[in-house]
Amino acid sequence: MKKVVIIDYGMGNLGSISNMVKFLGHEPIISSEKDTIKNSEYLILPGVGKFDAAINNLKDRDIFNLLQDLSKDQNIHILGICLGMQLMCLNSEEGNLEGLGIFDAEVKSFRKNISKSLKVPHMGWNFIYKTQNSQLLNSIDNARFYFVHSFFVESNKDNEVLFKTEYGIDFVSGLKNNNNVGVQFHPEKSHKYGKEFFKDFLEN
Amino acid sequence: MNLVRVIPVLLLADEGLVKTTKFKDRRYIGDPINAVKIFNEKEADELCLLDINATKQGKQPNYKKIEEIVSEAFMPITYGGGVSSLEHFESLFNLGVEKVSVNSCLFDNPSVVYDAANLYGSQSIVASIDLKKDIFGKYRVVSHCGQKKQKKTFEEMIELLKDLDCGECIINSVNNDGCMKGYDLKALKYFCKNLRIPVVSMGGAGSLNHFKESIQAGSSAVGAGSFFIYQGKRKAILISYPSEKEIYELSAKA
Repeated sequence: MKKVVIIDYGMGNLGSISNMVKFLGHEPIISSEKDTIKNSEYLILPGVGKFDAAINNLKDRDIFNLLQDLSKDQNIHILGICLGMQLMCLNSEEGNLEGLGIFDAEVKSFRKNISKSLKVPHMGWNFIYKTQNSQLLNSIDNARFYFVHSFFVESNKDNEVLFKTEYGIDFVSGLKNNNNVGVQFHPEKSHKYGKEFFKDFLEN
Repeated sequence: MNLVRVIPVLLLADEGLVKTTKFKDRRYIGDPINAVKIFNEKEADELCLLDINATKQGKQPNYKKIEEIVSEAFMPITYGGGVSSLEHFESLFNLGVEKVSVNSCLFDNPSVVYDAANLYGSQSIVASIDLKKDIFGKYRVVSHCGQKKQKKTFEEMIELLKDLDCGECIINSVNNDGCMKGYDLKALKYFCKNLRIPVVSMGGAGSLNHFKESIQAGSSAVGAGSFFIYQGKRKAILISYPSEKEIYELSAKA
């Protein structure tokens, strides 16, 4: 059983992630305490809401710089989900503040970049395509996940891109560098595919 | 390919699940936890849980029940019923609800909806619009479980949803509810055409063909109650859900 800290910075859907971690036999700890976060091997950065508001909340709780430092620590695994992934990028068209910059990637607006005939937010189940091999979802093909987002990630570094998904354009739905992972979809809400994803992340 | 979402809509009345016809004639269906467990096993795309007593009885959402339900479901959940303040939104999101649906609050307290969209992102705020047709076929927007007539026209509703920055819209028909004879396609088409946010159809589905009609009318998702709950002409209670293949086929036709 592993301890998994779900970072509580006032912006996340903490309940569903906690339920999933518990279901897989691990111990979820919801916390905004610096010491708890620092001493955890597995960190999840959830996120529902607006980019700038989230960055400000991380800063208010003194977690912003801490996360940047921890992302360089080889013993710590960070998983950003949805807005959490976007926060780990350099910046976002949704706001003016700088992101954590853990990934060399930027966040763009669907409304500005895809055909007007497509609905925004991109909401619902969609497929992911692996662009490189990793331990994540290694044993599954044609995995589909639940997405809800109005902004998408564009990477400047191909070797950080794990998954892509098509919605009007091919956007980045998974990023990885060192032990840091970001996914645009909601694995905690994606049935067997989500369970498999978390298993792969936590058993690494 | 973005798949069409097929959404079971569960009506909560106090502690139990019910199914209505034309928003009336409630029939007791069973225990909500049990139903959610079955939909979870069947890997339903999403669930919509509506408490049809909360607003009427002036109660806030039944957090304990919702928490129990949410912890059984590894799929997105929309909750609606009795939501009238920012604190309600906050508590629901903390429990693990993905989206909160508002109906009466759109009219009684629109600024709360706007603030919630601003705070939690528009993708988590669903505007639920109930429509009732009179005997002359004239539409009326209604709220408070179909009990209260609203003055707003379709155009004004669309403006309201844009102003409040809602991320999704449910179009439900009081007349078709529980009849299993198909959705109100005329109203659906209008809202799908004039809104850029996803539209979910509700009220009237009785077959996969009705789902197809709704998708052709432009809806991004199809919601139903009776279709998933009843079996056969005598409406025996037996929960079912379309196969992955059937959903792929629906999506391909879109």
